[in-house]
This record gives sequence, structure tokens and C-alpha cells, in this order.
Amino acid sequence: MRLDLRTAARMLQFDERADRVVPPTGFTARLTLFSAFAMSFLVVFALALSLAAGRVADRWGNELAQSSTLRISAPAGEVATQTEAALRVLRTTPGVVDARALTLDEQRALLSPWFGADLPIDDLPLPQLIDITETDGGYDAAGLRLRLAAEAPAAVLDDHARWRRPLIDAAARLRLLGWASILLIATATAAMVTLAANAALAANAQVIAVLRLVGAKDTYIASAFVRRFALRALTGAAFGTLTGIVALMIVPSGSDSAGVLTDLSIQGIGWVWVLLIPPLSGLVAFVATRYAAGRVLEDLA
Amino acid sequence: MIELENVAYSYGGGELLTDMTLNVAPGSFHFLTGPSGSGKTTFLKLCYGALQATAGHVRLFDRDVRGLSRDDVAILRRKIGVVHQDCQFLDHLPVTENVALPLTVSGQDPGGADANLKELLAWVGLTGRADALPPELSGGERQRAALARAVIMSPDVILADEPTGNIDWEMSQRLLTLLVELNRMGKTIMIATHDLGLIRAAKAQVQTRVLRISNRRLQMAGADL
Repeated sequence: MRLDLRTAARMLQFDERADRVVPPTGFTARLTLFSAFAMSFLVVFALALSLAAGRVADRWGNELAQSSTLRISAPAGEVATQTEAALRVLRTTPGVVDARALTLDEQRALLSPWFGADLPIDDLPLPQLIDITETDGGYDAAGLRLRLAAEAPAAVLDDHARWRRPLIDAAARLRLLGWASILLIATATAAMVTLAANAALAANAQVIAVLRLVGAKDTYIASAFVRRFALRALTGAAFGTLTGIVALMIVPSGSDSAGVLTDLSIQGIGWVWVLLIPPLSGLVAFVATRYAAGRVLEDLA
Repeated sequence: MIELENVAYSYGGGELLTDMTLNVAPGSFHFLTGPSGSGKTTFLKLCYGALQATAGHVRLFDRDVRGLSRDDVAILRRKIGVVHQDCQFLDHLPVTENVALPLTVSGQDPGGADANLKELLAWVGLTGRADALPPELSGGERQRAALARAVIMSPDVILADEPTGNIDWEMSQRLLTLLVELNRMGKTIMIATHDLGLIRAAKAQVQTRVLRISNRRLQMAGADL
């Protein structure tokens, strides 16, 4: 029994009379519906996690690629000289688009979340910060450090890689794990549908014998089962996806920059993936039932 | 129509049928006899492609079954009506839908053949039982429903396996009358039975050929039949 696109389309074509030849099977129907429901619910979460992790990884990656900070920690009288020297070095460094010393107000704004807005910043021996904007290709950090050591020894370059890189790696890995989970869930769904279809086909061996006796082709017999299971999986997955979306809405949301936990939502193109869950579940059930039917019909021949 | 050439069939290491040669001519009426377990049902299954011969050739309508796919065999089987002793119905469907099943599986609209269906049910005397489920039918009614199902596609050949095995004499005579009527309409009939009374009753009405399976071989039956 070959499976090409025409055969597949014919198998999915609604045929009330053909569907009636297979008796109703309560247990396998409920099992398939529930499996598809539960798996789709989980897929929504795995997808949301994967998409959120992807967003975080991309955002952090972009920030890492485009900015870094230079800190001048020198005695009060030397800060201005060292800052000037560091800026000169930076302006002649390939890969640096812009280098700008932060003003006192900007430094105060950076510290205000910890010390409050009325911090007497003028009285504190704070280091001078220089914000560096890089080109897409970035600069040679090791070379820059050597030049700074010679011309502005009080300058410390922080290219953010030290603390950003592990977070980006973790976010990327989380995204990969999300997709791996989706793949595993799809495989588990296929396995469960195969088991349910096998049980239904075995329980209907007599029906299959009668259909063969009256001249039914294997494709016709398989279609009756395939349509039923694909439709159940589609229905269960639609409800599971809907429930998953509602559950996601209940998760408290935070700012976009806060990370994975408070950004567990579906956005933009992500909705396309979510809407694909029910038809893909139906497709998984179709393939799994088709495979099971092929094997059982071969065994019963 | 149905040709067997040196056919043998083995199962589980043992040979059940051997060296069987037969040519079933169109419009003929055959009986197949033999003791229980002699292989009558197996022989019939070879004749409608449900089993593949392990040696020799079975040709249905000039096509060698061995070279055909299961779907091709299914299409050929639509030209052969089969009546089983245990009838084999879909118990969740009413009699009308069971009788119309060959039309349904071949993609024809049973609704279009509604008049034929009613006529057919009237012919087998089941008009009043059209909506009954198979488990609600008596043995005789089941056999007649099976016969109606076997002929609904207007097949060229009708094979019946012990059709009177579970019914009384009067009902078996009624069934025989229907089969004889079909033969007179040009249909080829082959009945596997060990009911000698049925064979004698048929011989009184039509020209029949009686075959016997004995010692795994096919033989012409003696004149006592």
C-alpha cells in the first residue's frame, strides 16, 4: 500500500458511509483525544519557552556585539587626563564606532536604582565610565587592552563578554531544549496514537475480514481508521492548544528585558507556530495511524 | 473464469491441498463436497484470492492471482460474491447497509441503487427486516442477507461455503431456490457443502457438477450423487 499525495488526500476526504463501517471505539477514542490534548498543552509551553529563550539570546547577543564599557579608576586629579587619553586611543581603534564619556547625570541615573536619586555623586570617588559603541565586526579587545595599558593605565576595559556570554549560551541552550522537547512530545504523541490505532485495528479484525470479503481495498480500510484518528488528534490538539494559550496568559508578565520567566509569551511570528500545533498533531496522528494500519493489514492478509 | 492449474496449498509445514486442476466455466453450477477438515473452505478461499496457492497457478478472470497486488485482488473479488457459513456481517450496521456494503467499499452510492436494494431484499424475503441489526436475525435470515450482499454487485460468480450449515431444511431449500434462480440468470455457482440432500435437490433442478476433496486432492464425485 503506497502513500503518495493523492492517496493521502483521498484518505482524508470526508466519507460518511466509509466512516460508518468502523464501529465506534470508546476507549481508543478517549485515549487519542486526551493524548493529543495533553501533548498540545505541553507543546504550547515548550514553544513559549523556546521562543522566549530565543528572544533573550538574540537581545543579549545583539547588546554584547554592539557595546562595551571602559572604566577609568584613577586619583581625582588624573581622571580627566586618563579619560582624554583613553578616548584618543578609542577613536583611533578599528571597530569602534563611537566612544563617549558618561556625564555625571548619566552616572547618577545608573546608580539611582541602588542608592536613590538624591545621591551626592560629586562627593564620591567614582570611576569615570566611557560608553563604547562597536561596529558589527567589533574590535580587537586584546590589542585595545595593550594600547590602553600603555597610554591610559587606569583604564579597565569591560567588553561584557565575561558575564553576558554564559547567559547567552544558557538562553540558546534553553531554546534548543524547548525544540527538543517539542520533538520528543511529537514522538510520544505518535507512539501513543500508534498504540491506540493498533488496539483499534486489532479489535476490529473481524470488521477488516468482512470488508476484504466484499472487495474493499487496503487503502479504503486504512482510510476509515486514519480519518478517525487524525480527526480525534486534531480535535484534542485544538482544545489543548487553546487551554495552553489561556494558561500562558495567566503567567505574570514583566518587561521584555527581564528574561525568560517574565517574558513567557507568544509574540509575532510565534503565533504561526502555535496555530500550526493542531494541524501538525493531526498530521502526526495521520502518519502514525497509516503506519499502524499498514502493518496490521499486512499481518492480517 | 476460475482456473486452477496443479494448485497446492501448504500451511504450517503440512500440505492441505495438492495437485488440484479445475476450470470453472461461465454459467456452471458446482458442488464441492468432502468430510469436515478436508479443505473445502481453503479451496474456496483460493478461488476468490483470499489465499495464495503455494504451488501451481490460480487464474481469476484470466489473471494469475500470484502476480496481483492485494488491491488488484480486491477489485477482482468484486466480481465474485461470497456467502460464508458464519455470514460475517458488520454487527453495528443494519441489514440494508450490510447488504449494500460491496457498493459502499467500491465507491458507488448505495442511495443511487436504492430501488435495486429494496428489490433485492424483497427477493430474499427480508423487506421487513431491513433495519434490523445482524445479531437480531435468525440463521436463515442471516444466510439470505449474506446472499443478497453477495449478489448486489451483480457478480459473475457466487461462491458459498456451507450456506445451509446453520439453517433448517425448509430454509435451505428456499436458499437453494434462490441460488438456482441466479444460475438460470447466467451466474456461475459453486457451493461447498456436505449436505447431500441439498446436492440431490439441486440436481433435480439444474445441471450440476459435483467435486469431492479426498486425500488432499480434487476428484469428480461418484454417480451416487
